[in-house]
Amino acid sequence: MEDLSFNHEVRMRARGTRQTAIIGVVASGNLEVLVERILPDGECTLEIKTAAAGFGDVWKAVVGDFIERHSPGGLKLSINDGGARPDTVSLRLAQAVRLIEEDEQ
Amino acid sequence: MTAPLKQATWSSPEPVRTASFYEASARTRLDLLLDAGSFVEFIGPQMREVSPHLRLFELPEQFDDGVVVGRGRLAGSPVFVAAQEGRFMGGAFGEVHGAKVTGLLRAARDAKSVPVLMLFDTGGVRLQEANAGELAIAEIMRAVIEARLAGVQVIGLIGGRSGCYGGGGLIAGCCSALAVSEQGRIAVSGPEVIETNRGVDEFDSRDRALVWRTMGGKHRRLLGGADLFVDDTVQDFRDAALTLLASGGSFGIENLQAEQERLAQRLRSFGACEDAVDIWAAEGIADAASVPDMPADQFGVLAERIMGASHDAR
Repeated sequence: MEDLSFNHEVRMRARGTRQTAIIGVVASGNLEVLVERILPDGECTLEIKTAAAGFGDVWKAVVGDFIERHSPGGLKLSINDGGARPDTVSLRLAQAVRLIEEDEQ
Repeated sequence: MTAPLKQATWSSPEPVRTASFYEASARTRLDLLLDAGSFVEFIGPQMREVSPHLRLFELPEQFDDGVVVGRGRLAGSPVFVAAQEGRFMGGAFGEVHGAKVTGLLRAARDAKSVPVLMLFDTGGVRLQEANAGELAIAEIMRAVIEARLAGVQVIGLIGGRSGCYGGGGLIAGCCSALAVSEQGRIAVSGPEVIETNRGVDEFDSRDRALVWRTMGGKHRRLLGGADLFVDDTVQDFRDAALTLLASGGSFGIENLQAEQERLAQRLRSFGACEDAVDIWAAEGIADAASVPDMPADQFGVLAERIMGASHDAR
């Protein structure tokens, strides 16, 4: 297991009013992302617990790309990872932001 | 022309429920099974009540520990629900996972009038926290019985990828009624466990057809272990839950005695059978070998004819 943490300054607050959302499942090659709207508008934090140690550089690149594309200001994303590939991680992060930007039911 | 052009968006429309129950996640199953927008989760993932054991084994946790519990509405009536996530550690029972289910059942016992739907999807006890998991199974079985004695129906819905094995099979046996799809296998020892302990001649776990016709939903329905057979859509499971909730009877020692007699009779009738097909033939199904390939609706009719409506022994 390895714990990673990333903190970014972002341009824009994530849209919507939902406070939390969750997507994915912790299984081999998969991950879950819990997203919470609990930070100041200009910040985004990712806390990752991954079963695959030694891939910090790949995570850094994937997270950097995610911040650039989605501008998830105000969000804390907590990740439990079962050794997902980078493309799966990108997809789950995008899904998480999309979910929290939906209108509340 | 004064009709409004669009519906009010705040009244959640009922969703399309044709999604496969088997393929859906635990959260999706609950979202689709219950009345739209009615689900309220207890001890949600943001509370991070994760397993205290998995980290010791260098294994990743899941924020809900593999089970989603809460309340919602089914056709307008309140229900408690628990849904296991079969893809996280095979849906297995750990300490926190089990405590969430136990707590839900005790809440139902105390509330007295709100039934419980248990969406099983489990391989049994989580080996990494085996003692806590075994205790959890015992606590849940007791909690099911206590809830039923208080007049609460506990309905099991079984159609997930991990089936309903180990302690899950024991708990299912304690429920008021079960609905199962073909994919929803119910047993205690799984195929690999039997083969490991008794040899390949006893049970070849790689023979998928054998596994399916021995543990799958059709056989469980034809043996009386499950009360309804359903097709693999969330809508079918929702309809089955409503049907079983409407047919609930009382529960007491006489039910257990009737069930004991039913099981003894079953052993007398089929104890010498070598294969599930032999049992189906002995039950009077003319072309027993055709059962595994039979479409769900056709099989449902056959099962009602052979088994009658729910015997309500359990």
